[in-house]
Order: sequence, then C-alpha cells, then structure tokens
Amino acid sequence: MAIFLNKDSKVIVQGMTGATGMKHTKLMLADGTNIVGGVNPRKAGTTVDFDGTEVPVFGSVAEAMEKTGANVSVLFVPPAFAKAAVVEAIDAEIPLAVVITEGIAVHDSAAFWAYATAKGNKTRIIGPNCPGLITPGQSNAGIIPGDITKPGKIGLVSKSGTLTYQMMYELRDIGFTSAVGIGGDPVIGTTHIDALEAFEADPDTELIVMIGEIGGDAEERAADFIAKNVTKPVVGYVAGFTAPEGKTMGHAGAIVSGSSGTAQAKKEALEAAGVKVGKTPTETAKLAREILNAK
Amino acid sequence: MDLFEYQARDLFAKHGVPVLAGEVIDTPEAAREATEKLGGKSVVKAQVKVGGRGKAGGVKLAATPDEAVARATDILGMDIKGHTVHKVMIAETAPEILEEYYVSYLLDRTNRTFLAMASVAGGMDIEQVAEETPEKLAKVPVNANEGVTIEKAREIVALAKFPAEVAEKVAEVLVTLWKTFIAEDALLVEVNPLAKVANGDVIALDGKVSLDENAEFRQPGHEEFVDHAAANPLEAAAKAKNLNYVKLDGEVGIIGNGAGLVMSTLDVVAYAGENHGGVKPANFLDIGGGASAAVMANGLEIILGDPDVKSVFVNVFGGITACDEVANGIVQALQLLADKGEAVTKPLVVRLDGNNAELGRKILSDANHPLVQRVDTMDGAADKAAELAAAK
Repeated sequence: MAIFLNKDSKVIVQGMTGATGMKHTKLMLADGTNIVGGVNPRKAGTTVDFDGTEVPVFGSVAEAMEKTGANVSVLFVPPAFAKAAVVEAIDAEIPLAVVITEGIAVHDSAAFWAYATAKGNKTRIIGPNCPGLITPGQSNAGIIPGDITKPGKIGLVSKSGTLTYQMMYELRDIGFTSAVGIGGDPVIGTTHIDALEAFEADPDTELIVMIGEIGGDAEERAADFIAKNVTKPVVGYVAGFTAPEGKTMGHAGAIVSGSSGTAQAKKEALEAAGVKVGKTPTETAKLAREILNAK
Repeated sequence: MDLFEYQARDLFAKHGVPVLAGEVIDTPEAAREATEKLGGKSVVKAQVKVGGRGKAGGVKLAATPDEAVARATDILGMDIKGHTVHKVMIAETAPEILEEYYVSYLLDRTNRTFLAMASVAGGMDIEQVAEETPEKLAKVPVNANEGVTIEKAREIVALAKFPAEVAEKVAEVLVTLWKTFIAEDALLVEVNPLAKVANGDVIALDGKVSLDENAEFRQPGHEEFVDHAAANPLEAAAKAKNLNYVKLDGEVGIIGNGAGLVMSTLDVVAYAGENHGGVKPANFLDIGGGASAAVMANGLEIILGDPDVKSVFVNVFGGITACDEVANGIVQALQLLADKGEAVTKPLVVRLDGNNAELGRKILSDANHPLVQRVDTMDGAADKAAELAAAK
C-alpha cells in the first residue's frame, strides 16, 4: 500500500518538453513510473523519445486524461505560467497535481488554491516548491531520487526536499511506504495533516516521520491533529532553531515573524502531542529505529 | 521585502489611498526647501524599518524651515533599535486628528487565503489590540479570486463598527488599499493610523508594506525599493552572484544544498558548538541542486571572505546531484581560488552522503588538500567543524 501514488498511477507531465521537465521525466521513467504523456499545446500530436520509450504530447490536460486515463500530473512549468497550468489541471479534475515549480508568486498560489476550493477540491494539489512524492518500487512523481531506499513500513512527510532525501537515506534499510514532500512555500496544497491522515489509514505504514521547519503554524496544527487522530507512532524533526527573526531562510515560507513560527514552539507543540522529536536528522532516524525495533 | 514608510506612502498614493504630501531627503539642508514647499511647516520622520519611531524621538514637528533643518540634523544618523537613520521624510502636517483607525490586508497562511483586518482602535500596536481587546479587531477572510469590491469593503467596515459618518470613506480606502495589495504583489499592506481629521476626511498617516520577492519577475519597478545601503556587504556580494545567503553572527561558515538541509546544518553546528566554547554558524548558504564547480567556488569565496569565519563546513547530500560532481566542484573551487591568488587558509570539513558518495569521498582523499578534512556523518562533521573553529 501507499498514499496518493501507486503502481497503477498514470502520470502526465505539464512542462515535459522544457529542459527540467525532460531531465526529470527521464528519471521518473527509469524509476518505473507509468508516464503516459506530456502536455504542451504547441507540440500537441508529437512524441518525445526517452531512451526508447515514446511519450506522446497532448494539447491539454483534459485531452491527455481522455486519451490515456491519466490521474496524476507533475508540473515543471516556470513560475510565470504556473498558475494557468494548475488552473488547467483543476478544470480537468485530475485527481492529483504535483507542483514542483519553485518561485511562484504567493498571490498566484492563493488564487489557484481559492479556485481549487471553489471547484470542490476534486484535485489534490501537492506543492508548490516541493520535490514531489515517491512510493518506492511503484511510482515516482517528482524529483526525489528513486534509488535512495526501497519499499518498507515508514511514511514520511516533509516541507524540505533535501531533508526528505537525508531521512530516507538514514532509514534506507527499513524502507518507506511513501515519502511526500509538501513544499516550503507559504501557501501549499497538501499539508502535514493531509499526509498524516493518509498514513494513519494506510495499513502498511507502521510509523510516520514528520519533518517541519520555521514559518507559519502548520506543525502546531499537525501536532493538534496527531493528538486527536493518529494512533501510529510519529517521530518529528524541525529545522531552523538558529534562524534569526525576520530573515527568509531559502524557502519562501521559512521565516520567523516576531515570536511566531519558531522551531522551538513547533518542537514543544509536537512533544506535547506525544511525538518524539530529534535534535538532528540522525537522532530523529535513531528514534524511529528504536520505536520500530521495540514493536 | 519590507518597505520604508515613504515607499509605502508612494505606493498608496499611486493606487489612490489618501495620503499627505511628503518628500524623502538624506541631508539636513534639504529639509529647508522641502518644508518651504509644504508652506513653511512640516513633520520630520525618521525612515527606519522598525516600529516605535515616535517614542524613540524619530518623529518631530517643525514650525519653520530652519526648525526642520535642526530636527533633520538631530534625526539623521540617529540609532533607533539598532537601525541607523539614513533618510527622513519631510511630510505635510496633518489637520487636527479626531480619531485614529487601523486597516490592513495580509496573507493568512493558516487558512491559505487573504485576510482583511480593521479596527477603530488604531494608532497603537495592533498586536496589543488583538491581545487585549480582540472584540475591537475585525478579521474578515478575502477570497483571492473575488477580491474587495465596495460591497465587500462595506461588510468589513460594518463588522469593525466604524462610525456612520466615516463608514463610506473608510470603505473607499479599503477598496484602494486592496488595489495596492493586488497590483504590487504585497504580502502585507497596513495603514496605522488611518486618521479622521478635522474636515471629516480620512487619511493614511503611516503605513507598512511588505512585497513578495517571488513576484519580482512581473514587478520590475520593485528593484528600486531594495535598500542597498543597509544590506550586509557579504549578503550583497552573494546576491550579486545569485547565491541564497544570510549572514549570521557565528564562526563556522556553512555551505550546503537545499534550504531545509542547510537550516538543519546550522542547528546541528550550534548544538556541536555547545561542546566547543559556544561557537555558532556564521551564515546560511544554499547552493541549490546542481552544484557546479563555479557555484561552489562562488560560495566558498563568499564564506572565506567573511572575517568572522574560522572554519567551514560543506554539507552535501547528493540527491539528483552526484557526490563525485560535488567533490570535483570543491577541488576545482579551491584551485580556482588559488589561481585567482586568493590563498585559502581556513580549514574545511566536508561531508558527502547519498548518490555516488564513495566516489566523491575518494576524489577528496586523492586530492589530499591540506586544509580539507572528510567526515562522513553530518553530526560528526559538524562537531569537527565546531572544534576547528574553537581552536582558532
């Protein structure tokens, strides 16, 4: 089992024919992802060869879905065009849209989120500014390296891409059901809570690792959700204890404003909800290992 | 990016929010002409990006042009909560103020929407109002795709219980302020106070604007708001090289890939520093995904150019990027710096993990650079870097 993505997922790539889209489509195919098409209205009707795999290009998300049965779209569309591309995915009612693009203006993210909500949230949005998600051994929708680890029993949800990779590497011998990078922007689609809820319901996930960072109150709300709704063990890590107030630390959403959004507050909220929080990624992995070994 | 008051005022004026006339100057003598233009009297206001200017003596009335020069002389160069005053605004004096209100729009991250806030208890710290008298602060969600029409503005005004005689005027301000928020890709537009003055008008007397740096691609005009004078020279140099860098006050230079991993690296170094005389990270530097030799060289150059740095910790997890490429980048970067005549004298601790880590580690071992040490775990490498910084 897995969350949001599995071997039956049929994936299209919006922005496949750009340099980044080409590079990562090739990698996703190498990981066994069932890529059924790309979207580019100017190149509709053509195909792109990826080491012998011919991937057709469609004029729209709706057309790609109609002709291939696609149910996942991965977006590598530049920031200036990302809002229109996400709105197109929402209009086509594709069940999952994974927005990899970094640098989308927050007014655009707020607008496509409001649009998705008005349309009844038929499309799950992951991202933007995220590495996507992987269900090892089944499918990879995004840019997470496919060869770090194997299928296993840990579920991972993280705001950060590289910390996702680090944690998958630390626990590579145990393996993962799914790892979801939800992104470091101030406005994102899928939240920690959405992933926690899905992992709780996934029979193969025995333990959940949750990685947060400074900014906003997503971790505090996740802690509240865990206390009320999650029965599986959760291990947490929060980055940014040494971040100064008022400075954006790489991710657009990673900023401590006044006294809100601090790593300390997030850690305390998680611990109050019974989550074991590691001081370093390595210590966090150790905590996860101890819990699984004791089971 | 937070703006100065005068920049916020200019944006308000551009989009029709009522403001008083004003001019920004950076020499005392210029206060004379600016005040003469305003009819001989003015308010001299320090331009700093921090609250509490009035209490700190950074806002003064001037009854004559000479007095304006004297006040500007006092205020220019003043230190307000660690911010040096480089500019003052010479503003028109307001008519008699009868009441002070508060209005703002901001991003509500929690609810993934925009939020209007309005209160008749303006002129003071709004967080204090929210804390002590929350019933006096109306918070109204604004849908990004619906925006603030005059009807929506009237709804906000009614919820905040503005007096009837100013209700329509405040609603009009809310519509123009929304225009400012949208047209400028702002994260925050705040008017505090919005004053009701003797003739019945409402005027924005002070304001704050924060802009979304991710929107720079469609906001070419925002470049002029960047405060180059206040930027840390190392941060400015890093920005010129397109590096994501934040200067901190410690001794261990940090280079890593990915914002989350670099933030985590800072924390891990700070913990390690607790055992080594309290050394701390000197900076945040994310060189991003495909760390080429050139990017690594640029990053190392910035870090090594920081006189506070005693040791450097390069922490890379090879995801898509292969560690052998990163290792080659480090070796070439050191060579590039040597070729430029910039002698590297500070020790480097390098931790490589992930994709092709073994190959990368071998490249570093083979290069056998006297200042480069390999430590293969993140916690261990952080400890070594802290130890080296403390020993210097």
